[in-house]
Amino acid sequence: MSRKLHSIVALFDKPDDIIHAAEKTVSEGYKDFDVHTPYPVHGMDHAMHLEPTKLPYVTLCFGLFGLSFAVFFQWWVSGDANTSIGAKNLFLPYWLERYPFVIGGKPLFSLPAFVPVMFELTVLFAALSTVAALIAVFCGLPANAHPLHDTEYMKNVSSDRYGLCIEASDDLFEEGKVKDFLQSLGGHSIAAIKQPYKRPPSFFSTLIFMGVLGGVAMGVGVKAYVIYNKILYLPPFTWMETQPKLNAQDTNDFFENKSTMQDPVAGTVARGFMPYEYQGDIASAEASLVNPVPVNQETLTRGKLMYSVHCSACHGDLADGQGKVALRTQESGVWAIPGFHTDVLRKAGDGYFYHVIMDGKGKMSSYAKQIDEDDRWALIHYIRVLQRAKDAKETDLK
Amino acid sequence: MSVDFTKPAPLVEGGVSLKDIDDVIAAPMEKPNNKGFLLALSISLSLLGIGVISVAKLLYDGVGVWGNNNPVNWGWPIVNFVFWVGIGHAGTLISAILFLMRQTWRTGIARFAEAMTIFAVITALLFPLLHTGRPWLAHYLLPYPNERAMWVNFRSPLLWDVFAVSTYFTVSLVFWYVGLIPDFASMRDRTTNKIKKFIYSVFSLGWRFSNRHWQHYERAYLILAGLCTPLVLSVHSIVSFDFAVSLIPGWHTTIFPPYFVAGAIFSGFAMVLTVLIVVRVIYKIEHIITALHLERMAKILMATGLMVGYAYGMEFFIAAYSGVEPEQYVFINRAFGPYSWAYWTMIICNVIIPQIFWFKWARYNIPILFIVSITTNIGMWFERFVITVTSLHRDFLPSSWAYFTPTIWDVGLYVGSFGFFFTGVILFSRFMPVVSMAEVKMVAEGAQPSHHGGDHE
Repeated sequence: MSRKLHSIVALFDKPDDIIHAAEKTVSEGYKDFDVHTPYPVHGMDHAMHLEPTKLPYVTLCFGLFGLSFAVFFQWWVSGDANTSIGAKNLFLPYWLERYPFVIGGKPLFSLPAFVPVMFELTVLFAALSTVAALIAVFCGLPANAHPLHDTEYMKNVSSDRYGLCIEASDDLFEEGKVKDFLQSLGGHSIAAIKQPYKRPPSFFSTLIFMGVLGGVAMGVGVKAYVIYNKILYLPPFTWMETQPKLNAQDTNDFFENKSTMQDPVAGTVARGFMPYEYQGDIASAEASLVNPVPVNQETLTRGKLMYSVHCSACHGDLADGQGKVALRTQESGVWAIPGFHTDVLRKAGDGYFYHVIMDGKGKMSSYAKQIDEDDRWALIHYIRVLQRAKDAKETDLK
Repeated sequence: MSVDFTKPAPLVEGGVSLKDIDDVIAAPMEKPNNKGFLLALSISLSLLGIGVISVAKLLYDGVGVWGNNNPVNWGWPIVNFVFWVGIGHAGTLISAILFLMRQTWRTGIARFAEAMTIFAVITALLFPLLHTGRPWLAHYLLPYPNERAMWVNFRSPLLWDVFAVSTYFTVSLVFWYVGLIPDFASMRDRTTNKIKKFIYSVFSLGWRFSNRHWQHYERAYLILAGLCTPLVLSVHSIVSFDFAVSLIPGWHTTIFPPYFVAGAIFSGFAMVLTVLIVVRVIYKIEHIITALHLERMAKILMATGLMVGYAYGMEFFIAAYSGVEPEQYVFINRAFGPYSWAYWTMIICNVIIPQIFWFKWARYNIPILFIVSITTNIGMWFERFVITVTSLHRDFLPSSWAYFTPTIWDVGLYVGSFGFFFTGVILFSRFMPVVSMAEVKMVAEGAQPSHHGGDHE
């Protein structure tokens, strides 16, 4: 089987010669020809009548794409696109949900802070697209199977000679004529370049290829298993599970009582937990305690809230001792829960109620832990309001 | 040495032919290992070993092995990060900015400087990664869909840094590779070894020196240079934002971006100079990387040194002029406080010593160039140390004031980073063309047509 002719090539020794040769080739009417030089020779584009390259348009388009992508992506990630987690208006899959972060009081879309990344992505997209287009589109690389490779001609033009190559695909191509033409230009080492043999892919090479693919897949699988299930749980990759510290409940030989967590010093008072002075002494409490909280809309609203949360279940919404719990206890005849509309309680001082909240009374336990200091007094104001509501005087109507 | 300034000096000395250029540049890749190479590699591998041990200790015990303490949370890791990123910048400056300015003398040193950029940026990236404490979770720094529904914070300079440094690394790598394609193709056609030929064929992508390709190639190279120029300025500006966007006195200043960029070029040129002086002797390429190259680099070194010196002065002036007391305190403390030794080392190395390059004999004296290139890098390392540590060690609360002392593991990692960098550079010089063959041929005598017109640039 004879190989088809690809081209006729000739070598030249001087840059001036190759420029001249290129000009002549163009004027002779050849279209499918090329010049090969070890480095770019100035003026060659002009001599070959080449159009200016369109590569910069690729850079421009992808640069602009990178810029707009950066703006969109930062806007989207930072949460302005979707200001509440789980909002379904954008129909996002769960892995595209994100919390909107407000940081440093800046707006969700804080453009000035986004400028650096906008710039970087513009450059990144522009540069990578330029190189990809240069290699794959404009030069048609990689092309290691090109007929010119592994020829004496290529060995020369990759070092210190200048080559002219007229391809067989040209309409004017005639082997003898082209050889004479190249001779007349002063070229030497004129040679015919043949197309390489095309070997059909064999069954075995396909099998080997599939085998290699399978091997790679196996390897990746084993690697992933070992990394994610074994290596990532060896120290030091233990997700900070082991730390050189003692937990509160650990035994500890350092202290006499073998406990890590030590008791506070005797007499320690926790912040906000002053001990109650009149424990078990209701008379002194009533005599000495004075309600420090002023009566106004705010404290009464607060007192009402406290009353409905902590008191109303037993004492009833209207302080009549008819809360939900009271009804059940009456039904079963266990005990009765008092309302506050009795003369004794109307006359009792605020300190009396305070003491009951702190200390409990009868079946009622202490509410000191549930209700804060100010809230207790606000609550007492609200009890007074409830008492007054069922004991209104003529003067209240004026 | 006498220089005739009436005509442009030859960029490649001694009237060598194109074939000679190939032979000289390819020699390190084709000859068996020489003793200088093996000696240099064994030294750098020993340093790298120290680094590997330090990293192993660090990963096992955690960042507590370093000297970082409470006010000085950014100790040597950040100092070294800024130092190495800065060194990388000279490569891009030489390959991109000098290319745009048509400084053809850059061809002799551009490839090498670009390789140094690549290795310096990788070295730099090690430090913030290790400083995170758990580098195997470094992907948390990237915006990716995750089950926590928490994405990265695009308003943080630390995140800008992630984008800036990774973009810089990617674009530098691509730029470097594009420059290497024709040289890989030349090597492919030179070599007789089958394995080498296969490797060079793969990396040359089947480049065939066609002028129809050169046309696009040259334009792409120009575009990449145009993109790299603002990129390199942006990267160190963003590194400086790590400091400047905070509210720490001594950091929160608008001079930081230009000041950091000038410092980066300064230290980078010094490092390129140090390495080139050694490499041109080891591989006997003194007529390709000539005294003229070194002289021009010395001039840039002095110019950037003056810019850095100006910034030092301006920082003091602004602190005084602003009337902000903490700011004034920080600067007086820098010069006369517990770290004054570091401050004055920096001033002497960066501002005073490079002034010797006002004299022409000094710019042509190789030992002086070598010594100044090293003192410059010492000074620039101390600059980053002074900025990072002096501003932090006096916290807003006097009760947390502390003195920073590095531990042996800080030193080990720093020494190891030099091992990493030099191992990369030395292996590069053995397996890839350290000077761009195509570009040097392009500027050699008689390489361009004598009278033909067209698109003369």
